[in-house]
Amino acid sequence: MVKVNITQMSIKVSNISKSYNKVKALERISFEVKEGELFGLIGPDGAGKTTLFRILTTLLFADEGTATVADFDVVEGYKSIRNSVGYMPGKFSLYQDLTVEENLDFFATIFGTTIEENYDLIKDIYVQIEPFKTRRAGKLSGGMKQKLALSCALIHKPKVLFLDEPTTGVDPVSRKEFWDMLKRLQEKGITILVSTPYMDEAALCDRIALIQGGKILEIDTPEAIIKHYPKPIYNVRANNMYQLINSLNDYKHNHSVYPFGEFVHYTDSRTDFNPEDLRMYLEAKNLSNIHIEKTKATIEDTFMELAK
Amino acid sequence: MNNEKVIQVEGLTKMFGNFTAVNTITFEVEKGEIFGFLGANGAGKTTAMKMLIGISNPTSGKANIAGFDVFTHAEDIKKNIGYMSQKFALYDDLTVRENITFFGGIYGLSRKRIKEKSDALIEELGLQNVANKLVGALPLGWKQKLSFSVSLIHDPKIVFLDEPTGGVDPITRRQFWGLIYKAANLGTTVFVTTHYMDEAEYCDRVSIMVNGKIEALDTPKKLKEQFKAANMNDVFLKLARG
Repeated sequence: MVKVNITQMSIKVSNISKSYNKVKALERISFEVKEGELFGLIGPDGAGKTTLFRILTTLLFADEGTATVADFDVVEGYKSIRNSVGYMPGKFSLYQDLTVEENLDFFATIFGTTIEENYDLIKDIYVQIEPFKTRRAGKLSGGMKQKLALSCALIHKPKVLFLDEPTTGVDPVSRKEFWDMLKRLQEKGITILVSTPYMDEAALCDRIALIQGGKILEIDTPEAIIKHYPKPIYNVRANNMYQLINSLNDYKHNHSVYPFGEFVHYTDSRTDFNPEDLRMYLEAKNLSNIHIEKTKATIEDTFMELAK
Repeated sequence: MNNEKVIQVEGLTKMFGNFTAVNTITFEVEKGEIFGFLGANGAGKTTAMKMLIGISNPTSGKANIAGFDVFTHAEDIKKNIGYMSQKFALYDDLTVRENITFFGGIYGLSRKRIKEKSDALIEELGLQNVANKLVGALPLGWKQKLSFSVSLIHDPKIVFLDEPTGGVDPITRRQFWGLIYKAANLGTTVFVTTHYMDEAEYCDRVSIMVNGKIEALDTPKKLKEQFKAANMNDVFLKLARG
């Protein structure tokens, strides 16, 4: 067992690469997660999030690079890591034929502990599904499965918690509850690495890495990432959304044109952009009720700018 | 906007035993409208949608979809609507062209029409280089765009999208919404269920179901005003949490 000293970093990833045949799933990924930090990996399907989780939880070897989790090397210290981390995979991976309580008891036993011993840690979450403890896991609703999976990942009191897309396919109410739970776990000193394709969840993390196509686009606090957006950004609205998007895409000075709900987020390639010019152009395209105002960039704007 | 109503639902109800899954819902959707149909897991969205697309018989109430009554003309409804879901979309082990041909055939298009449609669709989506590749090998975002276009192959009056765009990157998602805007602009009504609240913001109007009932129905802008919320996510949380 190799114990790597020095840091107060819970996770250190250094130049990790992984390919599946010719597909590069991860290309020279590096980042660090501090002890007690809630760190988000934000990116779409195929970004490499799950591959990274599998490497860090010792289920997969990287082709290149090194990583430590809770100060243990992911290759040589794999047994220690498995005892120190909780992992909730993206796909529901509990035993569908065991009841809620049997699943939890099973995972507690595997890790040489009992439900009673660490009940405090899971109490907030488990009480919500306890009324259904004799129900088979396969028969639970999506939100309840998610709570059970989290309880099972926590029952051995891990130092680091890995959550791979825990909120995908979950409605906004359950998502909100889930993030509230994560905040409470963080207060108990658990380091959390969580991945999500939902850009709006990025703001709930201490720091985030934007990831796409196996590469990290940027790492920082959500506030700093928004602040780094390089251009003034405008909300544009008109009477016909489809024609508005087409007209903006045809406008020769556009830098980016992205629909955002009832508005289009528009940036211009010129440094001396005057919104009145754009208004006149859109009027000439027979659009009416034109509305142009400055707005603030979001994480999603930054992501698209970096991914362009 | 055109005032032709292509979806008219009045007091529609579905009971499973003593459980009322859908409780007297009433609403209308116009031609060319993008209508968002929202609700928490278990709120009754899927059950309601199954009745609208003619695959589940309502317990009571009325519904007219694309000019046909759900009680008496369910088969006609199926022919006159398109349907796309993230879960079931295209056949992974058929090529792009084979999938288009297959669905064109299902909807009774002539060989000549299928050929024309295939060529137009492949060109519009820029799939010329992968037209003879298996769909399973395509990136998720391409599949979703293709799946949406295929659901329109028989020029339906309404297309139902059941959680269509989970998981893709933000740029691809916007390209997908570009296709939706285009279809709506050409007069197709788009009925979308989603629990991505940012997608709800793209809809002309949205309804929100809570425990089987439609508890709110308006434009995203007016709902945000009504609930004094910054975005649709907050509207949803306020409604669904009571």
